[in-house]
Amino acid sequence: MTIDEANQLAVKRILDSQPILVGIAPAAEMIPGMRRNLILHAGPPITWDRMSGPLRGAVIGGLIFEGLATDESGAVRLVEQKHVQFAPCHHHGAVGPMAGVTTASMPVYVIENRAFGTRAYSNLNEGYGKVLRYGAYGEEVLARLRWLRDVYAPIMGKALERSGGLDMKSLIAQQIQMGDEGHNRNKAGTALFARLLAPHLARTGTRTDDLAAVLTYLAENDLAVLNPVMAACKASMDAAHGIAGSTVVTCMARNGTEFGIRVSGLPDAWFTAPAEIPVGLFFPGFTQDDANPDIGDSTITETAGIGAFAMAAAPAIVKFVGGTPSMAVESTLEMYEITVAENPAFGIPQLDFRGTPTGIDIRKVVRTGITPRVNTGIAHRKAGVGQIGAGLVRPPMACFERAVEAFAATLA
Amino acid sequence: MADLVDAVANGNSLSETAGRINGGEKPARPGTWVLMVIRSVVKPSAYFDSVTLMLVQREVRQLPDVEEAGAVMGTDANKELLRDAGLLTSEAQAARPDDLILAVRAGSGEVAFAALRTAETLLVQRRETAATGTYRPKTVASAVRMLPGANLALISVPGRFAAGVARDALAAGLHVMLFSDNVTLDAEIELKQTATARGLLMMGPDCGTAIIGGTGLGFANRVRRGTIGIVGAAGTGIQEVASLVHRGGAGISHAIGTGGRDVSRAVGGLTALVGLTALAADPGTEVVVLISKPPASEVAGRLLGAARHLRKPVVINFVGASVANDGPLHGAHTLEEAASQAVTLVTGAPPHWPEWEALPAQEAGRLAPTQKFMRGLYSGGTLCYEALILLQRYVGPVYSNTPLDPDYALESATRSRAHTVIDMGSDEFTVGRLHPMLDPELRHRRLLREADDPEVAVILLDVVLGHGAHPDPARDLAPVIRQARERARRDGRWLPVVVSVCGTDEDPQGYEAQVAALLDAGATVQASNARAVRLAGLIAEAAGSKGSPRPPLAIPVPSQPQSLPDATHVLQLLSGPPRVINVGLELFAESLITQGAETLMVDWHPPAGGKQKFIDLLDKLDA
Repeated sequence: MTIDEANQLAVKRILDSQPILVGIAPAAEMIPGMRRNLILHAGPPITWDRMSGPLRGAVIGGLIFEGLATDESGAVRLVEQKHVQFAPCHHHGAVGPMAGVTTASMPVYVIENRAFGTRAYSNLNEGYGKVLRYGAYGEEVLARLRWLRDVYAPIMGKALERSGGLDMKSLIAQQIQMGDEGHNRNKAGTALFARLLAPHLARTGTRTDDLAAVLTYLAENDLAVLNPVMAACKASMDAAHGIAGSTVVTCMARNGTEFGIRVSGLPDAWFTAPAEIPVGLFFPGFTQDDANPDIGDSTITETAGIGAFAMAAAPAIVKFVGGTPSMAVESTLEMYEITVAENPAFGIPQLDFRGTPTGIDIRKVVRTGITPRVNTGIAHRKAGVGQIGAGLVRPPMACFERAVEAFAATLA
Repeated sequence: MADLVDAVANGNSLSETAGRINGGEKPARPGTWVLMVIRSVVKPSAYFDSVTLMLVQREVRQLPDVEEAGAVMGTDANKELLRDAGLLTSEAQAARPDDLILAVRAGSGEVAFAALRTAETLLVQRRETAATGTYRPKTVASAVRMLPGANLALISVPGRFAAGVARDALAAGLHVMLFSDNVTLDAEIELKQTATARGLLMMGPDCGTAIIGGTGLGFANRVRRGTIGIVGAAGTGIQEVASLVHRGGAGISHAIGTGGRDVSRAVGGLTALVGLTALAADPGTEVVVLISKPPASEVAGRLLGAARHLRKPVVINFVGASVANDGPLHGAHTLEEAASQAVTLVTGAPPHWPEWEALPAQEAGRLAPTQKFMRGLYSGGTLCYEALILLQRYVGPVYSNTPLDPDYALESATRSRAHTVIDMGSDEFTVGRLHPMLDPELRHRRLLREADDPEVAVILLDVVLGHGAHPDPARDLAPVIRQARERARRDGRWLPVVVSVCGTDEDPQGYEAQVAALLDAGATVQASNARAVRLAGLIAEAAGSKGSPRPPLAIPVPSQPQSLPDATHVLQLLSGPPRVINVGLELFAESLITQGAETLMVDWHPPAGGKQKFIDLLDKLDA
């Protein structure tokens, strides 16, 4: 099989994937290898001493949430005494935005890829303000996590069960036609999510106050659907992982210190380089100097061909790409240069329903010098301050160059 | 002429300019110290093509108080040239191959900074005019997607990247005109075999000119559409014949360039055969003209074997070799004669080209006793070659940087001896400089130098018009001719300057206006290169030189018919104006757009940022 043939097979598996959101369950019950002293995080593997502020904060919060520590110093001691293990979400079929910290008792969305019988997972979105994923771990953060675990997850889990599963591919296709790109903008997708599940939520027999709280959460958090969208992308990309001879990128992720990519034909390797600091628009009171290096697994959306790759579909957020819809269109057009297929399921209205650029080829990236575009939220450098803006970033070219070198070495 | 392209990777060779710094025309007064400052700016990942950069470089160099300027990509070779020119700052030294370096040496810091700003402004202006305001594709594959019906790629990127781009174009089903040179012979063979297998036309590498469906590509003259088709392995040879056909009242259906190496034994005339076959089948072509320097003998046999069976008259000019008339084959000894025969075959009457009176004996009679030798300064390679061939019968062997006989190679191309004809478009003059058709400055300086030589009896020049050439060559050349003749006159010498102008009244520069300006400057203008050479030769002969006619190499016509390739796809290309993907020089895209051809410009960058290690790795992966 030639590289091109292997790549065609890889993208066929991406395009054939049928990610269905089937339920919500505690991480310990669903995620293979999950245990109480294991903390999953975003991006490539990393040790405590190299973690950036937001990731450290999230780890501390996660340990307190699990009851393994009662405060920051206890949590740090636990880590320093090597009582805590770390692993990338990606090593456990999971993804998480920003810090991506996922612990054993946290509920996770469960995606089933019906085409291939595989599963992928993601934690739940906490909403805005002080949140764990940006490294905050105060009492209000923990209270919100407990509400998600104790109230939201059971109700939403039942509703999903009643619905027979939510077809995420169809949801993504629709949100792209409604002005979302699925990464920085999920307003339409979240509305669809709420609308599709509302009848089932109503029939879960939930107290009115709790039901109202769940609906309020969906109404107020435009990012509610981001996490299941990410898990759907993860399920599709995992289907393309491990095809011998394929140079298609199956994962792009950042841990706040390094950007890492994985390549289908080199399934065990990460190719990493220091993460860039995103350039973007900042909330009042913050500047570029406050920004943490790039962080989060949410780049799984770009890897799967949405997010910045579908920028043409999202004129409402063109401020990120220079301000005009034509610049948004150019952003997407550029990504066709480095991908091997177009996803007919995700037609972009602004491009005459041309499918989103799908299946990044490391060869094309290195040859053209065009790195993938990524839309992203921007975290404050200090743990717990939270999101300070949103913008654009590209992975370092070195990740792709290293992958090409490693790939060429396998042919030698 | 394709040296133009490889100048991309090079930069600024300043041997001539160094002379100016050290004294030259305006020597600094002895004991005067002029303090010069060097300023540079590096723009990361900002790629521009060589012509764009050199045009900017030229403009900046002409600013008052600017001593020297460089605008180059940050390759090692370019940095070396900047160092030689005294322009390499530590900042420039640190630049990467994909970075743009602008450097200036000037009389003061302010002047230098202002010059750098001017350079940046000029570059931005060019980019904005070139951009269509929409997305500019980065690869041939995505360009094809954006220009439905695209059928031809015009490629003029630096040689070492050119084969890769041509491969992509052929893979996308495009016919190719590969203007770039410095493509390896192996790559040329591989590309032409791939093209032949796919029924595609592979013009070049080193193909400077073509006319497809009435649209001029690369360096091309604007000519009337007509029924004479040309297949040519010689760039300015095609331009000369096409222009003479036009000025002779007939027109061109298509002109298919092959690149000079096509007729070598190794390549075997693959493209020429496809071209002949396509023109044979093309309903718009009545007469075919085949032009080339003498091909390898078996290739000549193959081409003539094919030409005999085209069922159309074929006029053949293997510059310097003779082909006997045989059935449909008509041998021509000069480019002019090829044009004349073709026009006669189409119109039934020989063409009349305007003649400007010139009497060699009378000119020679006005020469001083020291004046014995002729000097030719050419911008067109084939025209230069034709001059070398034709001059032998008037003056004997001629010295050159591209001699017919290696014994007559000049030690240095910058110094003439006895009878000398120089191809100023060859490497030693074009490293880091535009081709003389675009930037005539070196030729002008050389012309004045020759005029000061008391042994020079006559100067021979070509002026090539058309798309891609200098916008107004006579405007710049006429004053130099006037000055040259004036300097000789003050020295008690009469100096004839004989010029042929290759072009038409439809060319952007306008043939008549160019000729008028040259005549006004005292030049003697001839209707063709062959006539200009003959006049210059006769003047030199009358001044005492002796010719040594060498019988032209006779090429026999084989009796075996040559099997012809499938040209169905090529015929489709010829059926209308081409829809062109341009990769490389923006100048060519601009000229195509002027002609109304659908054109999409690829925003090309060197692969892998020019990093050879990764280019090699990727080639390995793609193998």
